[in-house]
Amino acid sequence: MTEEIIIAGFGGQGVLSMGKILAYSGIMQDQEVSWMPSYGPEMRGGTANVTVIISDERISSPILTHFDTAIILNQQSMDKFEESVKPGGLLIYDPNGISNPPSRKDINIYKVEASKEAAAMGFRKIFNMIVLGGYLKVKPIVILENVIKGLKKSLPERYHHLIPDNERAITKGMEIVEAVQTA
Amino acid sequence: MGKELRLMKGNEAFAEAVIRDGADGYFGYPITPQSEVMEYLMVEKPYEKTGMVVLQAESEVAAINMLYGGAGCGKKVLTSSSSPGMSLMHEGISYLAGSELPCIIMDAMRGGPGLGTIQPGQADYFQVTKGGGHGDYRLIVLAPASVQEMYDFVEISFDLAFKYRNPVIVLTDGAIGQMMEKVYIGEQKVRLTEEEIKEKYPWATLGKTPDRERNIITSLDLDPYRHERHNIKLQKKYKEIEKNEVRYEELNCDDADYIIVAYGTSARISQKAMDIAREKGIKVGIFRPISLWPFPKKALRQLSERVKGILAVEMSAGQMVEDIRMHSVETTPVEHYGRMGGVIPTPNEIVDIIENTFVKS
Repeated sequence: MTEEIIIAGFGGQGVLSMGKILAYSGIMQDQEVSWMPSYGPEMRGGTANVTVIISDERISSPILTHFDTAIILNQQSMDKFEESVKPGGLLIYDPNGISNPPSRKDINIYKVEASKEAAAMGFRKIFNMIVLGGYLKVKPIVILENVIKGLKKSLPERYHHLIPDNERAITKGMEIVEAVQTA
Repeated sequence: MGKELRLMKGNEAFAEAVIRDGADGYFGYPITPQSEVMEYLMVEKPYEKTGMVVLQAESEVAAINMLYGGAGCGKKVLTSSSSPGMSLMHEGISYLAGSELPCIIMDAMRGGPGLGTIQPGQADYFQVTKGGGHGDYRLIVLAPASVQEMYDFVEISFDLAFKYRNPVIVLTDGAIGQMMEKVYIGEQKVRLTEEEIKEKYPWATLGKTPDRERNIITSLDLDPYRHERHNIKLQKKYKEIEKNEVRYEELNCDDADYIIVAYGTSARISQKAMDIAREKGIKVGIFRPISLWPFPKKALRQLSERVKGILAVEMSAGQMVEDIRMHSVETTPVEHYGRMGGVIPTPNEIVDIIENTFVKS
């Protein structure tokens, strides 16, 4: 199994940390992982993206142009990465702030109302974990138990009290993810 | 493996390896895309644990000369920088080589020339393998292609540096520095005491003892004949390194019709290209030089006799390709594919080149 993922959105939305948690979760189940961020001018106030690969085999290129899954968190990233999903692949997005929803017919599209739900939960920052939950429901490449273990590894101890909230957010995402189109 | 497993950036793995290998001092000046090296060291504070010095110098020129001082005392010292910073350091590197001082210099290459860009590049190949500073000298140059190698090559580089009393360059780029992968971390080594350094490295300037002459570390000698003898000695040492320290990796070369020669990030991208090409039935292999100097010329020459074509993939206008051409048989065509200015080649572009230049012709 090899899963090639791009997560893209604004800087500050937790794009890089979502990727990091996925990578750690992969390690927890003895898989090979790579995490390649966009860095430099892009990150300074603009869009941020990260390529994560989780695989049973040695990973070749950490830098990719086509992906099994795209997790899209803003319009700029939708414009940039919708085309980069492999035919038959998966696109997950939060409709908040998306004015032009994806239009491709040859991929599976799901949406997660994560921003809305995070606001309702009174914890806006956790929205990225809701999206992550939605993704893991559609493609359970890592199991929840290993995500929690991964969180413990990736978060400094002073944030460990937030892990139950993160778990709640992931579970919420799993509940509310909706299929828009299946190819 | 029994070792501690972590998820780290290439830059962080390099910095952790430096602490674990028992280095005595890091001297540097921040520059993207390798600033995490010093940042990581400042957070880890090895000066409180092992006594290792971590110092932000006022410039790259100052940092490289601090290495000269530290290395002259037989200490394990290093610096890291990126392309424009490396250019500033090459005067000092020539002095280090001339004075036969061991040290590690890590270059996380970015696109050039000039200030260029902060995105990855591989256009410093000429600079570190052919010179960079003045005079007849050579640097050992190792090119890691994974975060694990960023870790492992620190120990190897220090060992080589002290074995040959020569600077070692770890030549990497922004992509390997910034990406995270699994890393197995080794044991913490104990730093050498001054007594142990005197014992192991009798050339070190740690104070004159009554039983010997003064140790002098210098690259200056105004007597041309004596200085020529010094140069001959250096050249002999370089020959010895060329004989003993060649490193490379071959992937799927046994049945390959075509091989890609690439190092660092380009080698990783080329692996993906190899997979795609093989799915299409084109037998592609990869020859990855790990020591860029000494260049693995013998192994490449042998391989070039058996294949129908060689493609050099570099993030440059074509630098390593000159060495590849020099060390391949004339009957095998050698082509180059490169992107410049911080653009990273894609696996599909590489496959297209192989199809169009070799397979279809």
